[in-house]
Amino acid sequence: MISESLVDLSRLQFAITAFYHFLFVPLTLGLSFILAIMESAYVLSGKQVYKDMTKFWGKLFGINFALGVTTGLTMEFQFGTNWAYYSHYVGDIFGAPLAIEGLMAFFLESTMIGLFFFGWDRLSKVQHLVVTWLVAIGSNMSALWILIANGWMQNPVGAEFNFDTMRMEMMSFTEVIFNPVAQVKFVHTVSAGYVTGAMFVLAISAYYMLKKRDLPFARRSFAIASSFGLASILSVIILGDESGYEIGDVQKVKLAAIEAEWETHEAPAAFTLFGIPDQENMETDYAIKIPYALGLIATRSVTEEVTGLKDLMAEHEVRIRNGMVAYDLLTQIKAGDRSDETMADFKSRVDDLGYGLLLKKYVENPAEATEADIQKAVDNSIPAVAPMFFTFRIMVGLGFLMLILIGLSFYYSAKGTAENQRWLLYALLFSLPAPWIACEMGWFVAEFGRQPWSIGEILPTHLSASTRSVTDILLSLAGFIAFYTVLLIVEMYLMIRFARLGPSSLHTGRYHWEQSNHTPTTASAQA
Amino acid sequence: MDYELLKIIWWVLIGVLLIGFAVTDGFDMGVGALLRVIGKTDTERRVMMNTIGPHWDGNQVWFITAGGAIFAAWPVVYAVAFSGFYWALLLVLFAMFFRPVGFEYRSKIQDTRWRSAWDWCLTIGGAVPALVFGVAFGNLLLGVPFGLDEFMRSTYTGSFWALLNPFGLLCGLVSLLMLAMHGGTYLQMRTAGDLHERARRISLLLALVVAVLFAAGGVWVSMMDGYVIQTSADLAGVVTPLDKTVVLKEAGWLDNYGKYPWMLIAPMLGFAGLILTILTSMANKGSLAFISSSLAVTGIILTAGFSLFPFLMPSSSTPDHSLTMWDVTSSQTTLNIMFWVAMVFVPIVLSYTIWGYYKMWGRLTTDFIEENQYSTY
Repeated sequence: MISESLVDLSRLQFAITAFYHFLFVPLTLGLSFILAIMESAYVLSGKQVYKDMTKFWGKLFGINFALGVTTGLTMEFQFGTNWAYYSHYVGDIFGAPLAIEGLMAFFLESTMIGLFFFGWDRLSKVQHLVVTWLVAIGSNMSALWILIANGWMQNPVGAEFNFDTMRMEMMSFTEVIFNPVAQVKFVHTVSAGYVTGAMFVLAISAYYMLKKRDLPFARRSFAIASSFGLASILSVIILGDESGYEIGDVQKVKLAAIEAEWETHEAPAAFTLFGIPDQENMETDYAIKIPYALGLIATRSVTEEVTGLKDLMAEHEVRIRNGMVAYDLLTQIKAGDRSDETMADFKSRVDDLGYGLLLKKYVENPAEATEADIQKAVDNSIPAVAPMFFTFRIMVGLGFLMLILIGLSFYYSAKGTAENQRWLLYALLFSLPAPWIACEMGWFVAEFGRQPWSIGEILPTHLSASTRSVTDILLSLAGFIAFYTVLLIVEMYLMIRFARLGPSSLHTGRYHWEQSNHTPTTASAQA
Repeated sequence: MDYELLKIIWWVLIGVLLIGFAVTDGFDMGVGALLRVIGKTDTERRVMMNTIGPHWDGNQVWFITAGGAIFAAWPVVYAVAFSGFYWALLLVLFAMFFRPVGFEYRSKIQDTRWRSAWDWCLTIGGAVPALVFGVAFGNLLLGVPFGLDEFMRSTYTGSFWALLNPFGLLCGLVSLLMLAMHGGTYLQMRTAGDLHERARRISLLLALVVAVLFAAGGVWVSMMDGYVIQTSADLAGVVTPLDKTVVLKEAGWLDNYGKYPWMLIAPMLGFAGLILTILTSMANKGSLAFISSSLAVTGIILTAGFSLFPFLMPSSSTPDHSLTMWDVTSSQTTLNIMFWVAMVFVPIVLSYTIWGYYKMWGRLTTDFIEENQYSTY
């Protein structure tokens, strides 16, 4: 049997590398579009300041992008190194979107990014503008394919188990692409990236306004970011609500865990605004509830119920027992029994095979599981509720905070008085980490909420890991942590240095630190 | 399409992706490996970096896409090889971390120690993956210790250090020097002056060494055991790596050249490319030298692929479980879909890649870097 510490360490490694990767992705998704908008303004108006904006924000984009590329490599290979059984079991479906991502999106994004940085004097104005748009489109298309892959992990449609090859195989690629979970996740995730890009430009522009330097540059950047940001944050919130509806439909356990909904209440369900979930006694203490709200979000009705965790676990128990039989039949088939009776029986139970595999964590042969094993599997058939409950609320809270900040920024920017609202500028500067925290919380909810599955109701996380030693994983984890820490320090150092320098870093002679009435600091002389 | 045909097509397609990677990102890695060898001054090193500046990222996608395509078309190989070659792959990964940040960050700060540290990083980022890829290929020819259980869970019983055997290291050296040579011919084509002259001389020298080592590798292979499928289920149908028996045979890796004499074109291409690299470098024809070294790289990789065919990853501990291109593939449906995706997108990718090179073409000089020191790498 696979040791639990091996699985836990592999999960930790995946979580760390994925969270780290997603520090850089949302900014790429959002800032690339902001660059394209700025450059469009340059091409349409012919004003130099828009070109300078594109180049300066492009510099910061580049510093971020380098680490996005670096850490993305890890993600592509980690499925094979640490999750080999997963890769075998679902590669027939899961590999396809990853390969298409490379062909359709990465090539485009990566080829165009080189032309974006180095092609200013080699391309015509319009050609360069097209290149910039293609960078944005390419990076967003890569998000599409990765979320199709991830959406399939959450809601594995269009696939069937093949006992000859011992894996899941693709039945309908269109179902995989048009998986409703993938579609809502895609729009929600890229919108969150757009908000991140907008908050980044807003906060740094606010800093220039507070310092009263390069004001025309800062003002225009602020205006573009606040309008782009407002559209984006509205879209995040509305589409987030839409994914609540999707989850309510196909991932009932995740929804119930987010809401710490232990019991199935009469419709329409109330939304728990705050409380302290208690997993052991299966109740939520100090709950503050808003009547009707959850029922409306999850079912779009006042008459449908939202199933509680206790009832879901009872359903799981039935499926685990059925899965035990399915597993037993599978071993008979593997041993050569292909009688019509066995095949028909297996076929009728194959949907619960994954539930049978849950028992592999406790017993070598699930068909021989004891009542105690079954009980353990049932108890662990839902994720830990409290982390889900809180991370979700942090994400939503930050979302609304950013709605207010971006809304005000837009309002004052339209009025032309943004640079006078010092409290707002400070608030923007200090809220710079907010979009990143919200994004990471969102991923936590999505992935932790999928547990104990790596592929929903098909393949338990526990079985997915590679057959490696605990030492291997520990050492590689240490390697990742060491590398990533150093890289993050270097990245932050450069990012802060260039953000402080501002457009003077372009050495055009037009900006603050290059004016004769300012003594250039050593920093500006160098960079 | 017919399953058997699809299996063959995917063997070809993954070969195309790997060769595409070696020919494009290969010269980036070669430039990285040569950075400290032939770049004497800061500006010269910047010239070298900037010849690949607009292209290395796009080139690297060949590597990423090859990984993705192996996942999609040969999931068993992706699972067994990546988890088995765990430390070799992590070494590649850690070395490759240095490249995006190295290119992007190095020249942003004007400090000798900062820049010199990044130069080392870029050297590692170019040389280490080139070396490890060769070592991995060498060990495929030797066979590696792994087995599968009836649920297709793989267990690899070898260690990282065992990969560093004499034959593996020879192949690693071929790979490293071959890509360094390829970087050299690229620099011949894209630089001028002293740097150009040094690039010319080093590619000449490297082509000579690679020719000798490649020949030595051939002799070595003729003296070691290869793997041969003895009996199997219908390989054209639905099979897993568990459905066959495999035996070892003396000089077995040369069997294909007797069975399909046209395959001899691969080693011939390798040697011809190397000789042409020497001649064109001597004649100071940069572009032709680059084409020659591209042919050499293609020929050498094809030689490894043809010799192994149909094997991909032979198992030394359980030869019957060896992975071949017949029994590791995805379902017919997936291979079919991915085939059409590749047919549509590979030409599109090639056309805008070529457009990118066309737009950025020309020799880079130290003067250009000094004039554009804030907007170049």
